[in-house]
Amino acid sequence: MSSSLSFCLSVTLNPTMSEKMFIIGNEALGRAARAAGARAFYGYPITPTSEVAHYWAKQACSEKGVKDKLVFLQAEDETGAGFMLIGGVLAGTRSFTATAGPGHVLMQDAFAMAEAMRVPVVAYINQRGGPSTSTVIYSQQEVNLACYGGNGNGYRVVYSLATLQEMYDYGIKVFNTAWKYRFPTFLLGDGYLGKMMGEVEVYAPEERGIKMEPTEAYMLERNRTRPMAEIMPEPNYQLRSVDGVDYDCYRNCLNMEEQAMAVNTEIKAAFDLVAPEIIEYEEYGDQDADDLIVAHGIVSAAAKVAIDDLAKRGVKSRLFRPITLRPFPVEELRRAAKTAERIIVPESADNQLARIIKDALCGHIQAPIVEYGRPCASILPREIADLVTSKK
Amino acid sequence: MNDQDIKLAFPKCARLASKPHKFCPGCGHPEVLKALGFAIDELGLQKKTAFGVDIGCSLLAWNYFNLDSIETHHGRTIPTMVGFKKANPDAICVAYVGDGGAYAIGAGHFLNAAIRNENITVIVVNNAVYAMTGGQEAPTTLPGMKVATAPCGADQYYMHAPELVRNVNPTAFVARGITTIQVGLRKMIKEAIQHQLDGKGFSFVEVLSQCPLNWKTMDKPQATFDFLEKEMAKTYPVKYY
Repeated sequence: MSSSLSFCLSVTLNPTMSEKMFIIGNEALGRAARAAGARAFYGYPITPTSEVAHYWAKQACSEKGVKDKLVFLQAEDETGAGFMLIGGVLAGTRSFTATAGPGHVLMQDAFAMAEAMRVPVVAYINQRGGPSTSTVIYSQQEVNLACYGGNGNGYRVVYSLATLQEMYDYGIKVFNTAWKYRFPTFLLGDGYLGKMMGEVEVYAPEERGIKMEPTEAYMLERNRTRPMAEIMPEPNYQLRSVDGVDYDCYRNCLNMEEQAMAVNTEIKAAFDLVAPEIIEYEEYGDQDADDLIVAHGIVSAAAKVAIDDLAKRGVKSRLFRPITLRPFPVEELRRAAKTAERIIVPESADNQLARIIKDALCGHIQAPIVEYGRPCASILPREIADLVTSKK
Repeated sequence: MNDQDIKLAFPKCARLASKPHKFCPGCGHPEVLKALGFAIDELGLQKKTAFGVDIGCSLLAWNYFNLDSIETHHGRTIPTMVGFKKANPDAICVAYVGDGGAYAIGAGHFLNAAIRNENITVIVVNNAVYAMTGGQEAPTTLPGMKVATAPCGADQYYMHAPELVRNVNPTAFVARGITTIQVGLRKMIKEAIQHQLDGKGFSFVEVLSQCPLNWKTMDKPQATFDFLEKEMAKTYPVKYY
């Protein structure tokens, strides 16, 4: 697929304005990171995400990339890449990685540390088949891993994407979410989105009034504007001031149960406080419809097509699409589900999204939940339409 | 000793509030850290050093200095420092790791950082065992040595890390020191950091160090140092590579 990078039809509307390009999703991600002012990529090749690395490697060795001091580092494995990413962020550089499947499994080691220490790592994750090595292109089986991987309690932000344009839009946004709130922040795509070629409008953030969050270093920052004590769980951090110099010292190995509980409690409090600001969702279709489809990612795009097709046949249906899987729009889903007579959950996994939905709706609705789990297999609009028209 | 004597006995970058240290009595780590601290002092790098410490006994080094410090996961300090250095080339990045962290769980990171000639300094404390977790077999455990996970004696294979690094990187700074030769150790570490300061790439010092607790020589100091200087130094030659 690397050849597709050079096969890039672009139509320049105006050199100072946005530009429509015909590119694959992974290139859209790479371009988004560049537009967002990211400076460092640490990663390890894996299908279906490798083209993000290809794009960044080319950027880094270009004349402009050298001038901008871009960093590209292909690690020895994803575990190494994850910790290099932490190092880059600690140094105050807008840094990111891109991975998938088994690589994503390995990176959760580093992401657990990032979660414990409020380190705003950014990862573009294109889900592939699982468990194990499995298929290399498509699934929705990394929901559990992205939302709840590691040995913590899932305090990270996970956006689930449905279109190529979102790969670009959220590819920029993810950095601001990470650095503003200081949680690991992930974009969850899949191999179809990563490899699919289509029209994407690329732009500079400032053209849309998007201001990038500053990235202050965690270590060797001698002109700190935001005290780290405001961000870090208290047991994990010491500020040592000597002769007018502040030394920032971080740890994650703790001695006492009380300290470990304090870390978790503080992270949870910080997460719960900002969750309402972060939550995103989308509703589609006839809001009076009895049948409510709940789907995320590319399956939600299929659901929209199904809803439009059904409407043409006079059948009402509607979609609730969580854009953030963590934090999850719990209250918003409850409101939407309250008037539904049936809730249909199609996903390319078995009980990953459905479990989150059941957790959110438990005790709040009487309507039955119809689960349509197709682990690692695509779901066509026709299948979703059939679910709606099937006998209740 | 009065306060002034104590102050003079430690590097300027040491954190006196954390003394006495938290390592076991007789442990070699404080000797390695003292040498590192004096090297940092002599090079005037206290404000520029990013100090990464691994999990295992090395994690206690988090408390030893007034340096910007980060405790990582077991074996993951080297990639963390690699990432930091790439993002901030002006920083002096020191990864402080045990032999289990560097040569077993983090061996892939260690070896590949050496192959890529990453411009960081790695200090590995070799005490022939996993110490913090209770004296299990390490890649450095001497053949026949009885340890918690090799009660009938460790196998015949062990890792010669400086020799290995020299094999994959002809220009790296590579040396093996020992806690009982403090002046030489301080010089080695200083040269390793100078190598990084000069932008020459990977610098690595392995330090042979004593673990009386897991060697079961807590009440026999002579046996501790006999094992360190005669047995370990025989298998792992102390020299520049």
